[in-house]
Amino acid sequence: MNAPVKARGPLLAILQRDLRVYSRGRSAWLNPLLFALLGITLFTLGLGPDRERVAADAAAVIWVVVLLGMMMSLDGLFKEDYVDGSLEQLLLMAGPVYFAVFGKVFAHWLVSAVPLVLASPLFALMLGVPLEHIPLLAFSLLIGSGILSFLGAVGAAVTVSLQSSGLLIALLILPLYVPVIIYGASLLQAAVEGWPYLAPLLMLCGLLSAVIVLAPLAIGVALKISLDS
Amino acid sequence: MSNQAATLELHALSCERDGRLLFDKLEQRIDSGTALRVHGANGSGKTTLLKIVAGLRSEFEGSVLWRGQRTSAFGQRFRSELFFLGHCVGIKAALTPRENLQWWLSLQSSGSQASAIADGHSVEQALIQFGLGGMLDTPCTRLSAGQQRRAALARLCLARQALWVLDEPATAVDAEGIGLLERLCEAHLQRGGLLLLTTHQQLQINGLREIELSVPTADLRR
Repeated sequence: MNAPVKARGPLLAILQRDLRVYSRGRSAWLNPLLFALLGITLFTLGLGPDRERVAADAAAVIWVVVLLGMMMSLDGLFKEDYVDGSLEQLLLMAGPVYFAVFGKVFAHWLVSAVPLVLASPLFALMLGVPLEHIPLLAFSLLIGSGILSFLGAVGAAVTVSLQSSGLLIALLILPLYVPVIIYGASLLQAAVEGWPYLAPLLMLCGLLSAVIVLAPLAIGVALKISLDS
Repeated sequence: MSNQAATLELHALSCERDGRLLFDKLEQRIDSGTALRVHGANGSGKTTLLKIVAGLRSEFEGSVLWRGQRTSAFGQRFRSELFFLGHCVGIKAALTPRENLQWWLSLQSSGSQASAIADGHSVEQALIQFGLGGMLDTPCTRLSAGQQRRAALARLCLARQALWVLDEPATAVDAEGIGLLERLCEAHLQRGGLLLLTTHQQLQINGLREIELSVPTADLRR
């Protein structure tokens, strides 16, 4: 219990604290997971017994369900810190806000998206995706969910001072998710059909690099504006 | 750090909110080792003034100077010398007082002017001083409002920033806690620190000046 406080950077400090907070409640990781599981189940029931047709659309279904599952928890990303005042402390600390914001989004991604990625082979099997394509699906979801987390966090930061921001985040952010869905879903379809899929995969990686660099800057500005009211 | 002596100056500070002029051309100066208490009725703009000084609000006229320079130009260097305690103190309910204080401390360690290089022991000491010795590892949800406040005030034992800005630090704290707060503030002033605070209670701190803000009545839009 008597762990010494080392001179850690704010990124690690925030990452550690957020993971600790998330670990004391189940809703952050369990809700998106159950939502996605139920969503996929409904799709398998609704799409009927034609296995081949279902498998062809599986990629789009999985991507949309994962995306919506991640949207669920975005609302709380900065809201709790805003309400209890730790957001103020975060923005007033001496170091650059960039790394603090990065730590928060990364912790949120670890908790809300990684379980979905880990469960994606199960979703794929439910929808009849051929076994050999499942690693590719999981990998592309890993990359894609990172993009979704960072983009979604911008929406969460813009709306943090509003009373009920859930739907507004969706309206702000869903249009930005369009390229991710297009590349992500077409990637698996291409692989299933036997076409080259390297281009969309590299496109996703490029998008991820871009949002990692740019999104924390936008989030920092948005949080400052949200507190300034 | 800077060749300029530690002073905080407010020059011609005016702030309007919802069509009401909260304060107009406010001139104040706080020197090293002195304290200023802002008081006034609810809604007179005390919190707004403190947030302007801390750089959390940008809608105002006039200037806030730290060591002779605008605080906005100072940026990170100003923030590394600022200790701010707002209305919402930033205590995470799911975490224990120890974890909360350690988290706050690890945020400070990145600054160029690193505050206390403290170990787990001094975190513990600070919390014990504030009477939380028996609740070091109890989640803050189970503490009373006053105890949560005390967990936040324990930061004062470890804060080595030159400028303390405290917004209603004594809320929900009992007489003994207020005595502790007064002693920590005096020690801070003796180290040459500066203090700007709002309270509704009278605090016994040597070298404390007071200004009063009045509740604005005129609506400028009419």
